[in-house]
Amino acid sequence: MKRDDLRATLIACLLDVAPEISGEEVEDDVDIRDELDLDSMDILRWVQGIHKALGIEIPEEDYGKIASLGDAIDYVAGRI
Amino acid sequence: MAEFIMPSLGADMTAGTLGKWLVAVGDRVAHGDIIAEVETDKGTIEVEVFTSGVIEALLVEEGEKVPVGTPLAEIGEAGTESGTVSASVSGSAPESVSGSAPESVSGPASAPVSVSAGIMTLGGGGDLNGPMATPAVRRRAHELDVSLHALSGSGEHGRITQEDVERAAFANRVRAPSGDRVRISPYAKRLARQRQIDLTDVRGTGPGGAIGARDLEAVPAKPPADSPKERMQRAIAAAMTRANDEIPHYYVEHTIDMGTALEWLRAKNQSSSVNERLVSGVLLLRAVARALRKHPQLNATWQGSGVVRGDGFHVGLAVSLRGGGLVAPALRDADQGSLLELMARMTDLVSRARAGALRSSELTSPTITLTSLGERGVESVTPIIFPPQVAIVGFGAILTRPWVVNDRIVARPVVRVTLGADHRVSNGHQGARFLGTLDRLLQEPEKL
Repeated sequence: MKRDDLRATLIACLLDVAPEISGEEVEDDVDIRDELDLDSMDILRWVQGIHKALGIEIPEEDYGKIASLGDAIDYVAGRI
Repeated sequence: MAEFIMPSLGADMTAGTLGKWLVAVGDRVAHGDIIAEVETDKGTIEVEVFTSGVIEALLVEEGEKVPVGTPLAEIGEAGTESGTVSASVSGSAPESVSGSAPESVSGPASAPVSVSAGIMTLGGGGDLNGPMATPAVRRRAHELDVSLHALSGSGEHGRITQEDVERAAFANRVRAPSGDRVRISPYAKRLARQRQIDLTDVRGTGPGGAIGARDLEAVPAKPPADSPKERMQRAIAAAMTRANDEIPHYYVEHTIDMGTALEWLRAKNQSSSVNERLVSGVLLLRAVARALRKHPQLNATWQGSGVVRGDGFHVGLAVSLRGGGLVAPALRDADQGSLLELMARMTDLVSRARAGALRSSELTSPTITLTSLGERGVESVTPIIFPPQVAIVGFGAILTRPWVVNDRIVARPVVRVTLGADHRVSNGHQGARFLGTLDRLLQEPEKL
């Protein structure tokens, strides 16, 4: 899967969790918890969405590795 | 016959707009059915009915804004004797602790009527010495300075309806300061009523100074309504101001070692599928609900001048809305079911709160609210109680701190918890015991 496709998939999963935000406002290099006002429940739902969409199970201890969208794309790309 | 009334979906709500009927006359409804959508400052709320029967009349049209307590529909049951009515819009009946009705109806000639946290009971229909009207109608009459004794009711058995009161109030307004009636055409009268125009400010240009429809056109239109966000903020402001003015708060604080709970949670999540993971917030929520079981004085609401005990352990969850706003719907019976079930219910509740799809019972049933700002890094929260609730629990961030365990200083994750409670209902000693129970429960997460 191309990086652009991965990015679109991760953003789609994010919008399922927080439909109030605009996909265009998600930048690659900012902490999404702070930038999008997400809490731990939102992050868990995002991780569950990624699992459903891509079949990748992200363990809790790796949450720090998906702090930004760019980090998450790198992480998921390395697991596919 | 029971009346389905506009519910009070929070202490700050004075009126609501009937957005949509989900039933029609003749439909059979059962306890817990969602029969209408009401638009409030907190969004669109699905309103449940807590009586069973057949819809006999829909009294308010879609799009109409009416005060809290206004009858919206009449629900009848074949074979039910008219006169003894029990209708609820906001959850099942809580037990009255004080024994007195939380909201009394004044007037020596009033019907034996009482309101108890959403339960409305009317006395015998034909055995009255004074005008028969619901508490809401009496309240509205008082607001509009209308004497019920001067009215003849158009409702069943001569009962005075909201419409009777509004009509009388309007008639009063159609009088000049001298007491003489203002001359006005029937069409202009209807128009003025629809647009809620105060006719004392209107000069008639018709024969003899009569007011016509054209005179009303010159009356400036009301300013545009606030945005939903502004309305919500105003509602929050009203509720918090009331809480600060009326509730004698006291606060007690405690720091809880979360090491055992977080270790248990980590192991549980490690051995579970991604769809069965829990967040620490669900442990806090369950612990608060279970602690309430042992401290029932905190599981209540303050209604007027008395305490009404909760009918279950319904914990409000403060949910911030992205982009502004705050709602605190209840997770009903949060002491029951597995943690996994509670997690699913909490996720659903938060999602619906943010989507503006809450139910009336979720906004009216909490007795205590849980607020957590820990994820935003604050160490402690000193929260304000949501009236008519009697307590609120605030959690700060779970932070790793030096902690003494078995006379040794070790690094432990700890959380500062603050209980804010109503001193009319409980005292600091009881509050401290509640926090002690909360601590003990969190030391045995496997039992939660």
